[in-house]
Amino acid sequence: MTVDETRGEPGRPPRSTTRDLERYAGLFAARTRGLRSSAMRDLMAVTARPEIISLAGGLPDTSTFSPALLSSLMRTVAEEASARALQYGPTEGLEEVKACIVEVMAEEDMRVDPDDILVTTGGQQVIDLVCRTLVDPGDVVIAEGPTYPGAVPSLCAFQADVRQIPMDDDGMRIDVLEETLAVLDREGRRPKFIYTIPSFQNPGGVTMSLERRRRLVEIAHQREILVLEDNPYGLLRYEGDPQPTLRSLDGGEYVIYLGTFSKILSPGLRLGWTTAPRPILDKLNVGKQGADLCSSTFGQHFVAAYFAAQDWRAYLGTLIELYRRRRDAMLEALSEHLPSEATWTRPRGGLFIWATLPDYLDTTDLLARALRENVAFVPGRAAYLDGRGGSELRLNFSGVPEADIHEGIRRIGAIVAEQVAMYSTLTRLEPARAVSRETSTRSESGDVVPFHVKRRAAG
Amino acid sequence: MRRKHRFERRHGPRPGRRVVKVVVLKGGRSLERTVSLKSGARVEDALERLGHEVVGIDPGADLVDRLEAERPDVAFVAMHGREGEDGTVQELLELVGVPYTASAPSACIRCADKVLAKHLMRDAGVPTPDFYAFNETAFRELGAARALPAIEERLAFPIVVKPAAGGSALGIKFAADAQAVPHALVAAFSYDTKVLLEAFIHGRELAVSVLDGPEGPQALPIVEAIPRDGALYDFEARYEIGRTDFACPADLDDALSRRAQALAVQVYSLFGCYGFARVDLMLDEATDALFVLEVNAIPGLTETSLLPQAAEAAGIGFDQLVARVLELAGDRTPA
Repeated sequence: MTVDETRGEPGRPPRSTTRDLERYAGLFAARTRGLRSSAMRDLMAVTARPEIISLAGGLPDTSTFSPALLSSLMRTVAEEASARALQYGPTEGLEEVKACIVEVMAEEDMRVDPDDILVTTGGQQVIDLVCRTLVDPGDVVIAEGPTYPGAVPSLCAFQADVRQIPMDDDGMRIDVLEETLAVLDREGRRPKFIYTIPSFQNPGGVTMSLERRRRLVEIAHQREILVLEDNPYGLLRYEGDPQPTLRSLDGGEYVIYLGTFSKILSPGLRLGWTTAPRPILDKLNVGKQGADLCSSTFGQHFVAAYFAAQDWRAYLGTLIELYRRRRDAMLEALSEHLPSEATWTRPRGGLFIWATLPDYLDTTDLLARALRENVAFVPGRAAYLDGRGGSELRLNFSGVPEADIHEGIRRIGAIVAEQVAMYSTLTRLEPARAVSRETSTRSESGDVVPFHVKRRAAG
Repeated sequence: MRRKHRFERRHGPRPGRRVVKVVVLKGGRSLERTVSLKSGARVEDALERLGHEVVGIDPGADLVDRLEAERPDVAFVAMHGREGEDGTVQELLELVGVPYTASAPSACIRCADKVLAKHLMRDAGVPTPDFYAFNETAFRELGAARALPAIEERLAFPIVVKPAAGGSALGIKFAADAQAVPHALVAAFSYDTKVLLEAFIHGRELAVSVLDGPEGPQALPIVEAIPRDGALYDFEARYEIGRTDFACPADLDDALSRRAQALAVQVYSLFGCYGFARVDLMLDEATDALFVLEVNAIPGLTETSLLPQAAEAAGIGFDQLVARVLELAGDRTPA
């Protein structure tokens, strides 16, 4: 319309056609306003370059899977199920794959009826389907802080009002959760669901204690709130005893369970699953019909062939050995290279370590500096929806060889040390006024900036 | 004296008029890689519509080899930020003997190094916000931190702290008080070894694009960027459809518009820009004074970018803009 009006009037300068913009912008749904193309995403675009040691990914090491085995499994699929593998499949997934899922879930002491399983396109689709099914714009969803960065776009797309609950070494702070729920009660708002990764949390690296798991399930039952338990890493345990899943504690009444083949087999297959209370599962199924009809039938036949031909637990064992060594390498490198102002988690499984730097450092800016040294990580803000996480970062150890882990952390350590030194130079005119983390986290003026006082005097 | 460009030897000076082989340089290692890929893709589409043979190159270690292998008639530089906009790639193109679009290395350097740009403007009497510039060494070894109180006194808060290199508002911080300055400086030093502390101008953000033509550089209609939620025109607002409103031509009286356009052309010429460039200005709300913030030697060419909008407002469609810039590449008098 703008275009016609301006073009149609000779003698007047064509007014802001900005045609390419407006013709699309006017069509966007309101919910896309929440989807941001952030500075961070543009920084992350550079991390894919080959010269970069990227500790930013969340990648399993797929090079550990035998190409010969891949080839023979493909042959099996071709010889035994060619036409079926190339055909559409049922939305809920192939029975053969559901049998594999029952087996994987049994490994963590969960008994599940195959009819209660919905095979999905990666675990990621479960998050999207659950939001699609439960969240109206403005509905409250509770998540851990930090939370899985990949969940953020789904939560934003459905315009959830996300409240993030901090964690400590025992996972989500259930006391803070209860306070938050009480506040929401007073506001007359009932959260739609609580999203949690209880085991080897991404990105936090921590695991929820048994006591807190029990309490969380209790809260869910008392308040009739759903819990979305995201458990991609539960079987990737490098030490300690396994914790029962929330689903096994709850029996499947309020817990929607999310599992995936991505971390125990291959993320390229894009196959995950969910089990949920029946009425919810039905809605998720309808949502999935709209999203993609069914997950890759070809991939599902591949999974079935793999489980039939191989001991999946043995491959899992190989991955565990490899990732444990890489985790140890990263922990060792962090101790060696990060200055004393930094802290980090010590995960007993999973793929990630979460590090916290002095709060005067901004890890988004730090990433720009790190890229100059050809090393990358995920800035902490990616794991929050409210702008927190500015001085935190996520480090992945599973996808990178030990030598690169060491070198990458060495470079990050050097940069952090450089910035810490620069900050003290800028703030500490009197050599004795060291800025410790404790003082710098306080916001009162005068604590951090001695020269502020001097400036007044110099007036 | 540089040798004559291969294109001119082969085809004469008017590549826009015939089918030529164009290499579009896009992406690169700069932090503005994504934006550059978008600019490049859009330029490629336009060149194809114009009937040219187009090869996209994402420059890496093999850039010179690929240029030698492709032997293009001309290179369209659609790179932003470090290496693409700072004269590095241009110097390589000179070396390989491939004519290229937009400014030569010297002008690129003058634009890309904001510290140098600010000094050049101040020396030439071009109005630019007051500033102080330092490198890391000044703070580490020369005790520049002691000068901060004096700087803060002279510039008054809020102070804009920015890295000397890079565009797209990456690394730019607004320090509201003295306490925020060290944090802002550390952040800016993440992007470059040199930083600027600059007085903040309260007012309207204007972008004046300049395009070379038969009668020399001409200012295009002025674009005003108006962030929708009242926030500063930051990185995110800059590249996202729907985050910023653009008025083009900006709602300014004729005298003011002419003043802004003349100022932009003055800076364009001062820096020795060629082909096109975008001059970012601030219009002081209180005094109607204009200040030049910076010059972008290779401004964004995406759907949300300002130069294409300005060209469109002047009746120059994107394809025509690309054709003009390409043609100018062949017309360049060897430096």
